[in-house]
Amino acid sequence: MKARIYVTLKNGVLDPQGKAIQRSLSHLGFEGVEEVRVGKFMEVGLASMPREKAEVLLQEACQRLLANTVIEDFRFEIEG
Amino acid sequence: MKIAVLVFPGSNCDHDAYHTLKHVLSADARFVWHKESDISGFDAVVIPGGFTYGDYLRTGAMAKLSPVMGAVKRFAAAGGPVIGICNGFQILLESGLLPGAMIANESLKFICEYVNLRTETSTTPFTKQIPEKTVLKIPIAHYQGNYFADRETLAALEANGQVVFRYCDPLGNASPESNPNGSVGNIAGICSKGRNVLGMMPHPERCAEEEMGSTDGKRLFTSMIEWVEEKGK
Repeated sequence: MKARIYVTLKNGVLDPQGKAIQRSLSHLGFEGVEEVRVGKFMEVGLASMPREKAEVLLQEACQRLLANTVIEDFRFEIEG
Repeated sequence: MKIAVLVFPGSNCDHDAYHTLKHVLSADARFVWHKESDISGFDAVVIPGGFTYGDYLRTGAMAKLSPVMGAVKRFAAAGGPVIGICNGFQILLESGLLPGAMIANESLKFICEYVNLRTETSTTPFTKQIPEKTVLKIPIAHYQGNYFADRETLAALEANGQVVFRYCDPLGNASPESNPNGSVGNIAGICSKGRNVLGMMPHPERCAEEEMGSTDGKRLFTSMIEWVEEKGK
């Protein structure tokens, strides 16, 4: 089975990279792009296991390593 | 007294720290590989700067899992002095030994330059010889040095006097212009509630000799050594 994990910066945490990208898009003429926030996307391959077990595993993996919850939020989707 | 200088894959200021302790201050410094899980017998720990594990995932995120960090946590809990410099500070944040997190510099540039730091407290093992409000000249060299903490954490840091260094101008004013990286409250270094764990982005080990342009960094290590010696008496 597979999981897709999204790690994003919390609201209120400055994202200098996102700001620079937003400015670059404006320079390129993309009008109306008001904000860009950059996050991380991870694809995780999992051995087949009950869905509930996978959820607990991913929850803990995100909290202990994959996200820094001081500055980041996370969510995940499980497939299969 | 024995001082441990931790070495992780990707540490690159370990030799600078060792040099300052061993050759400038004649202290008994020893390198300790990150796989070591026992640091008993040491009196102080230096977590040096660098790019541990290539900064994979986040700065310090991999290094916090090294066996030696378990030993450092026990050492810190017992009151032992720990100083994390630059990437060492990032490792302390990721380990939860200090609160907050680092994000990219506001300018999105790697900044390598001398900065001025205002000493906010002398009540740590590392600043006991440095009077409050003393302005120190110490260099920074980082991309991810923009300190962030939420409002409650910041209020607690300020209330407990845990902010040890702030970026400032040569006169000691912590102005927006003297903030090199966007850190909240111009914060350059903080200590734990117990005051024995210090994390700072500037590199004191790089300025302990006249030829380096400043000797202010030496004062943190002589403070630390004096603190350990007094405690042993």
